[in-house]
Amino acid sequence: MSAILEARHVTRRFTPRITLGDRIALLLGAKVDRRAVQAVTDVSIAVQQGETLGLVGESGCGKSTLGRMLAGILPPTEGDVRLSGAAPMRGKHKTTTRIQTVFQDPYASLNPRIRIGEAIAEGPVAHGLVTRAGAPAMVAEWLRRVGLDPGFATRFPHQFSGGQRQRVAIARALAMQPEVLVCDEPVASLDVSIQAQILNLFLDLRQDLGLTCLFISHDLSVVRHVSDRVAVMYLGRIVEMGEAARVYAAPRHPYTQGLLDSVPKLMLEGNEGISFRPIAGELPSPLSPPSGCAFHPRCPKATELCRRERPPLSPREDGTLVACHHA
Amino acid sequence: MSAPLLEVRDLRTHFFTRAGVVKAVEGVSFTLERGEILGLVGESGSGKTVTGFSLIGLVDPPGRIAGGSIRFDGRDLVGLPPGEMRAIRGKRIAMVFQDPAATLNPVMTIGTQMALAVQAHGGAGERAARDLAGRTLARVGIPDAAARLDAYPHEFSGGMRQRVAIAVALLHGPELIIADEPTTALDVSIQAQILAEMKQLARQSGTALIWISHDLATVSSLADRVLVMYAGRIVESGPVSAVLRAPLHPYTRGLLDSLPAMARPGEKLNQIPGSTPSLLSLPPGCPFAPRCPRATEACRTDPPVVTRPGRLALCHHPLEAAA
Repeated sequence: MSAILEARHVTRRFTPRITLGDRIALLLGAKVDRRAVQAVTDVSIAVQQGETLGLVGESGCGKSTLGRMLAGILPPTEGDVRLSGAAPMRGKHKTTTRIQTVFQDPYASLNPRIRIGEAIAEGPVAHGLVTRAGAPAMVAEWLRRVGLDPGFATRFPHQFSGGQRQRVAIARALAMQPEVLVCDEPVASLDVSIQAQILNLFLDLRQDLGLTCLFISHDLSVVRHVSDRVAVMYLGRIVEMGEAARVYAAPRHPYTQGLLDSVPKLMLEGNEGISFRPIAGELPSPLSPPSGCAFHPRCPKATELCRRERPPLSPREDGTLVACHHA
Repeated sequence: MSAPLLEVRDLRTHFFTRAGVVKAVEGVSFTLERGEILGLVGESGSGKTVTGFSLIGLVDPPGRIAGGSIRFDGRDLVGLPPGEMRAIRGKRIAMVFQDPAATLNPVMTIGTQMALAVQAHGGAGERAARDLAGRTLARVGIPDAAARLDAYPHEFSGGMRQRVAIAVALLHGPELIIADEPTTALDVSIQAQILAEMKQLARQSGTALIWISHDLATVSSLADRVLVMYAGRIVESGPVSAVLRAPLHPYTRGLLDSLPAMARPGEKLNQIPGSTPSLLSLPPGCPFAPRCPRATEACRTDPPVVTRPGRLALCHHPLEAAA
């Protein structure tokens, strides 16, 4: 296996822009909070050829920001992202068609005034993957592959249900013949029965096309279902990364353990025992992350060392990477 | 056994739109005992939220309750004058919504709006109202509650805001709380905290709870009984563990099989084909028939009610409990 897509020590900061209101406030001598939010801090991650790498974490942990940097949509503040056999991706504009992204909300990613057939054909025609004359046949083929009637090509996005729109978004991404597909919460807004249909479609297409995927989700059971390896993020850093089966069966990092324990399980045998154990406390603000290990204020195993020193992400004997002093 | 706290009979809530009559709730019947936790499960458009809103009298035009009765503590809430409904709503029946930001007034401190909620139902003085607000905030696990009364909603995190909304619901010690997807917008670790606290609060105070959710796992760890809704109807009900272990209705089975947790990683999920029907043009007979693997000619007429001890399913061909 070789890495097809790799991020090296990437960091992404967001600095608030000074607005007119801020300028007036500054003129009047008031203080304006201009602290930068560090969404992702010093993350190195590699997606191997042919695998699906799952990225999990709670809101604000930086998983989408990392996903966007890997997809080449968002330039890192520090570090670089490299696609195998190409120069590091730099600058504001994405320069490759080898990576495509499927977003959570297909309604926001499809232009409401463009027929979906045109939306699917637009990219491949512009990049010369298909001639304009050949486009309708290609669109029909992709609609069929994602389980939609080829006749739907002349419809507008609003004529589809949420699940169907997500199928269109998948067809549109795959029509670009990418090597890597980045999926950012592709099923988060769908009902359970529709979610199952989209996950099945994803599994089928991945196998047929030999896709490499980065699959971002807050839903632990969805990530478990589709991923070969999984990376768990907390407050901008990866705290644990390894084979999905191993991480789920025997999580090492207290945060991973807590996260897995806090998901309510399906209780088939009465529920007087509780099926989940919450993690104490709240997510800290990324504006003022805790000292040392960012998880220490909520961690049952935290010691003085954790308050002082941030544990590095280091390999364990079975190959899992863990960032914890006590695991 | 005494009379149930809530007895809903043949509830029908319809929306009279230009495109036609949308029968969002069509013939829903159930009972709820005091102190019982009832899970109301379904996908979008199944009518679970409209059922909750109907109970508390919050259905807005073009929707209205077209028929049926909602007996709460022996009294029918359908057709009650708005003033009398207001006296019950918030005091004896409270509601917690999915989005706490929409429940709380952004330009008022938490203490002020909680005190207003206390005073809306009875003559507590300002001081006493604030005291009660502070004590209730402490009950839902807000640290340093008395000081937090002076904070505005935006100063709280999403999870804390939902706790405040729950505290508002608890203020008058209601007999029934209707919670509509209260943890859906929250992160797992915060959701788990709130679930655990809700269950404990309901058990301690003897408050009955209707928990509306699309998440079977959440309901399974919280509720005593579960109602499964599809296209405005209750298609299955019963004790939660019995229903989830051996569902009678093919739709419940399909929902369970759709969960990634029920399959081996990487294997195809047992999906339900098709999508939920439009409530404007429901198929005649069983609304699930077009997606159902067990459907026969008989399903095109109205499906019969099948009962097993403590269970109910709306189906011609119920799945028999596996041994």
